[in-house]
Amino acid sequence: MVEQVPLNHALIITTLMFFIGVYGFLTRKNLITMLISVEIMLNAVNLNFVFFDNYLFPGKLEGHFFSIFIIAIAAAEAAVAIAIFISLYRNIRSIDVEEANTMKH
Amino acid sequence: MGYQYTIWIVILPFLAFVINGLGSEKLPTKISGWIATLAIGISTFLSYETAFQYFTSPSGEKIIAFKTIWLRFNDTLHIDIGILLDPISVMMLVVITTVSLMVFIYSQGYMKNEGGYDRYFSFLSLFSFSMLGLVVATNLFQMYMFWELVGISSYLLIGFYYDKPSVVAASKKAFIVTRFADMGFLIGILMISYSTGTFDFEILTKPEGLSFSTTSTFLGFSTITWALLLVFMGGAGKSAMFPLHIWLPDAMEGPTPVSALIHAATMVVAGVFLIARLFPLYSAFAPHALGVVAFIGAFTTLFAAVIACTQFDIKRILAFSTISQIGYMVLALGVSGYGGEAALGYTASLFHLFTHAFFKALLFLGAGAIIHAVHTNDIREMGGLSKHQPFTHILFLIACLTIAGIPPFAGFFSKDEILAAVLTTHPIYFGIAVLVAGLTAFYMFRLYFIVFWGKARNYDHSPHEVPAIMLIPMILLALGSMFTGFIPFGQFISSDGQPLVGHINWPVAISSVVFALSGIGVAWKFYMKESSASDNMAKAFGSMYTSATKKFYIDEIYILVTKGVIFQMISKPLAWFDRNVIDAFMNLLATKTNWTSMQIKEFQSGQLQKYAFIFISGVLIIVLSFIYATR
Repeated sequence: MVEQVPLNHALIITTLMFFIGVYGFLTRKNLITMLISVEIMLNAVNLNFVFFDNYLFPGKLEGHFFSIFIIAIAAAEAAVAIAIFISLYRNIRSIDVEEANTMKH
Repeated sequence: MGYQYTIWIVILPFLAFVINGLGSEKLPTKISGWIATLAIGISTFLSYETAFQYFTSPSGEKIIAFKTIWLRFNDTLHIDIGILLDPISVMMLVVITTVSLMVFIYSQGYMKNEGGYDRYFSFLSLFSFSMLGLVVATNLFQMYMFWELVGISSYLLIGFYYDKPSVVAASKKAFIVTRFADMGFLIGILMISYSTGTFDFEILTKPEGLSFSTTSTFLGFSTITWALLLVFMGGAGKSAMFPLHIWLPDAMEGPTPVSALIHAATMVVAGVFLIARLFPLYSAFAPHALGVVAFIGAFTTLFAAVIACTQFDIKRILAFSTISQIGYMVLALGVSGYGGEAALGYTASLFHLFTHAFFKALLFLGAGAIIHAVHTNDIREMGGLSKHQPFTHILFLIACLTIAGIPPFAGFFSKDEILAAVLTTHPIYFGIAVLVAGLTAFYMFRLYFIVFWGKARNYDHSPHEVPAIMLIPMILLALGSMFTGFIPFGQFISSDGQPLVGHINWPVAISSVVFALSGIGVAWKFYMKESSASDNMAKAFGSMYTSATKKFYIDEIYILVTKGVIFQMISKPLAWFDRNVIDAFMNLLATKTNWTSMQIKEFQSGQLQKYAFIFISGVLIIVLSFIYATR
């Protein structure tokens, strides 16, 4: 029987991952990097699901299914996001988020 | 035989209006006159047929030739449209269609070179339709609708030359003044129908079946008296009675045939017709209202006659003469009783309406012929026209003799009946009426002598006789002026439907003829040759003469009341309140909202990460505050 990772540890690592993602999303100017930051946040959430499932309902798989859903949706989201970036690049020759500001007041 | 065909009398002019109004682009211009004339011609024929059929059948009953419910609110409250034939409406049908037909024919010559020929004829047809619908109305509400239609067509025709500012002002004035009076009419209608529960003339003109409380309710008059006074206000507005007469002289800005048709023969007598229509009500329930009617009539007839003596515009003289003659009719109605010999005034009034339509239309058409020839309205620039326009001269002379009341022309008979009716009831009014008979003769012959005799002026081009298409209607009207006096009018038209045998009251007749002849004599003395007598006379009267020239400053008083009192005292403070309080509050709200949004619009930077930052901060604040709160 393998020793379980304590929940505290798991929560610390997912919280760290999540806020690293937030930080990256707020500070990076490159849209691709921002997309990667979003993926980090999503994966933090995935880990949370897996840990809580294991901790609260051991032997059941609901949390795992959620994780798989999120991974699938993240893939779709990445496809859409990159399509948007490409068309943005065609229009303004840049994928810098600060250049994409035509929706301002 | 039925009377169903009478519906076409009304509908045909309407069809002409629609065809001319809608098809003016597609039809050749000149055809519009013929369409309108043909329509009114058939109407005229049908009216004569109706009159013949109606008056040869023995009964003087009211006949409903056609009736349909137009607007139904519930079983008791509904507004009908229909055709009511009784002696006065049949008489009016004949008058209106005859004068209309003459004017339509005359207009084809008079308006030949004017722009808007088709517009003119479509409006003229609209007018005829409305006037015919008015006189055959079966109920007060139908009458009111056509009354307003008449008003609007009068407005359109006065404003026919709409590119002249004075014309626009005149048409607006006519519309507003009559509309103001119609407000009284409408309130009167509502009061009458509220207390009787019906609009229908059949019930309203049989006063035996009605009951009103005659106790005084407001300022010493009963409800029905007030209602009938308000109805008379509407009639006074249309018939240009003092003090609502101010629009009629200005209405002379319209084309002259229009003045002949609308502002002399037909529309302006609508008020007389209205009082005659409701006469049983007046006489049975509101003797005070009849007293007011008589007073207004007597005052107006003298007032307008005095002004007419001092004017120089040929059409305005005729306009004031019209006001004065309608004053006669109103006076006669006001002094009349109901039934029997006492009702002579009623018959006399409508008789005068009938004859007046012919000779006044003739006078206006004659004036139109003169204006057509000399291109001015000012009689001081005319003179010696009898050489240039022999036919017009003769016809105008006939009309002048008729209006002056010289036997055997028609005006003599109708005026004599009025005078006889007034004499038996109000001697003072009789004095006024006889004086006015003299004044009428004076101002008409003043006009006649100045225009046709006097000193010949130098005209730019020699005045010419008018074409036959204008002369023929005038000749027909002159025949009407000469011979309609011999119609035994009382046989056909009386207040209670019983024949009234009219006979000439010789003392009255002789006195009125003497006054008329002396009026003509004075006019001949003053104006046949250029003389200073008239100027001396004017000087002798001094300020009185000046104020009569200025129409006794009634227009100025109106301006003073409307501009000085209503606009300055009421409208301006209200406008100030509206602008500075109500609008200002709304404007304040709008500017403050605008200011606030300007202040916060910097948030809308278009920077995705700024939005995300604010969003995440917000979420964090909410989450932290929840955690803090649940602790």
